[in-house]
Amino acid sequence: MSAIQVVRSEWTKIRSVSSTVWTLGLAAVVTIALGTLISILSKREFDSLGAREQVSFDPTFISFAGMSLGQLAMIVFGVLVVSNEYSTGMIRTSLAAVPQRGTFLFGKVAVATLLAFVVGLATSFVAFFLGQAMLGEHAASLSDRGVLRAVIGGGLYMMLIAMFSMGVAAMLRGPMLSLGILMPFFFLISNILGNVSATEKIGRYLPDQAGSKIMQVVTPFGDDTPYGPWGGLGIMVLWVMAALVGGYAVIKKRDA
Amino acid sequence: MIELAGLTKRYGEKLAVNNLTFTVRPGMVTGFLGPNGAGKSTTMRMVLGLDRPTAGDVRIDGIHYDQLKDPLKYIGALLDAKAVHGGRSAYNHLLCLAQSNGIPRSRVREVLDTVGLTAVARKKAKGFSMGMGQRLGIAAALLGDPRILMFDEPVNGLDPEGIHWIRNLMKSLAAQGRTVFVSSHLMSEMALTADHLVVIGQGRLLADTTMADFIQQNSRSYVRLRSPQREQLLDALSRAGISAVEVGNGALEVDGGKPELLGELAARNGIVLHELSPQQASLEAAFMRLTAEAVEYHAHAETVGGTTPSPPEQQPEWGATWQQRKGH
Repeated sequence: MSAIQVVRSEWTKIRSVSSTVWTLGLAAVVTIALGTLISILSKREFDSLGAREQVSFDPTFISFAGMSLGQLAMIVFGVLVVSNEYSTGMIRTSLAAVPQRGTFLFGKVAVATLLAFVVGLATSFVAFFLGQAMLGEHAASLSDRGVLRAVIGGGLYMMLIAMFSMGVAAMLRGPMLSLGILMPFFFLISNILGNVSATEKIGRYLPDQAGSKIMQVVTPFGDDTPYGPWGGLGIMVLWVMAALVGGYAVIKKRDA
Repeated sequence: MIELAGLTKRYGEKLAVNNLTFTVRPGMVTGFLGPNGAGKSTTMRMVLGLDRPTAGDVRIDGIHYDQLKDPLKYIGALLDAKAVHGGRSAYNHLLCLAQSNGIPRSRVREVLDTVGLTAVARKKAKGFSMGMGQRLGIAAALLGDPRILMFDEPVNGLDPEGIHWIRNLMKSLAAQGRTVFVSSHLMSEMALTADHLVVIGQGRLLADTTMADFIQQNSRSYVRLRSPQREQLLDALSRAGISAVEVGNGALEVDGGKPELLGELAARNGIVLHELSPQQASLEAAFMRLTAEAVEYHAHAETVGGTTPSPPEQQPEWGATWQQRKGH
């Protein structure tokens, strides 16, 4: 059983179901469209901002504003890639063909991760350029310090969100349960924890909040976050690894 | 060859598979028979390494399933025809399985042709009828041209033509020297296809025998007699040293009796006969009797301290249940 065979097989699986196209397509469209819209609104409001806000105005980060919603489609992609196996019963056919469960899971994750990165990176670049075009004279340039890192980081962020979802889905198996936990977590709980001053310090260690630091070029005024962009991404990577190790432990141990 | 040694699976309190030891040999169809819930599917899942045994061991040609390199080339299985992603086409379903085991793409077309799904190869599997789904599952089992094939209830949901097709397929696979292991809850189905028989009930092994032996041991032949002069007939029979059993409805049964002899005996004694018919107990009845004992055992085990279990003599004679089933 070679890993190459498994990767080839998983590529056939992922390209032959329509959910791949619509989840990744939705992630790209929503991220780009919302980012562009918010860039337009931000340009209009720039003059009414206070001096502090004008100094910490981050055109790069603003063009990625759509990711908060677009990441939800990425979560659905990650969850469905794994939990489709369980909800359809295909898992028994798959594991009979590839009984080495680690090879199976990581082959699947590798293929989906690569695809998520390619789509995420393309989305990130398009969102950046469209956003900057809308921002006019306030726009950042790709050659500005930290901007290229932030744009590539946007692709990495989307990839890691998908990976985290795959790990969680491998632990929980069912798509409804996985989505029912991940969606409110990323859409509500993380935002609430991050915006209430009492829980802010906890909130910043959550995967999305730590990870999105990579897309920031200008540090907001009064921000005392104890990690930088790569440190934040590192925290997110730790979350992803924990989720995947958990998923591996479950798939290894439990009956299919 | 599939070898099970003390294979056991426990789900909480329930022993689904209880210490199974038997060998499935090449060159013949081995029927795996048991009522629903007897543990057939659980056993098959353990053969494929999908469920882990609580105790015991199962090997494919001497090797554990997860140690097989490209397992589809050793053993092909149809466990659940619905274990397919409905949004994927039949062709892509088979292609992804082929790729995972290094099986060439051309083989996908071959097996689609074998099972007669070429025309719908590009259609999504969720639109398939039960019979088409079953054929797709069989195509997946045949994909690696394996020496061992395992089918769980393959005729379920098939139309008569499909059933005929799969019977012939199994026989021809066995004739090619392959190991064919097929489960069913229908004795009549097994009688038509299997050369060897493994019967389980409540997860326990009840029989491991050749089909011929099973038939010989269990197909009791007897003659049924019915007469308005029942007493005289009984007298005449006992004078001739023939023992008859009264089975109710005024009928008598003579085990292994010859109808010619019995007819002549009645004629000599001037007894009117309303019925003189040779009978053959069905294998289905024999199977029911075999598995009913396993159920009985289970029921008794659960009534500890409760009502006294009925003594064995009070259990209905199986000829009687046979009669009830026939509705006489």
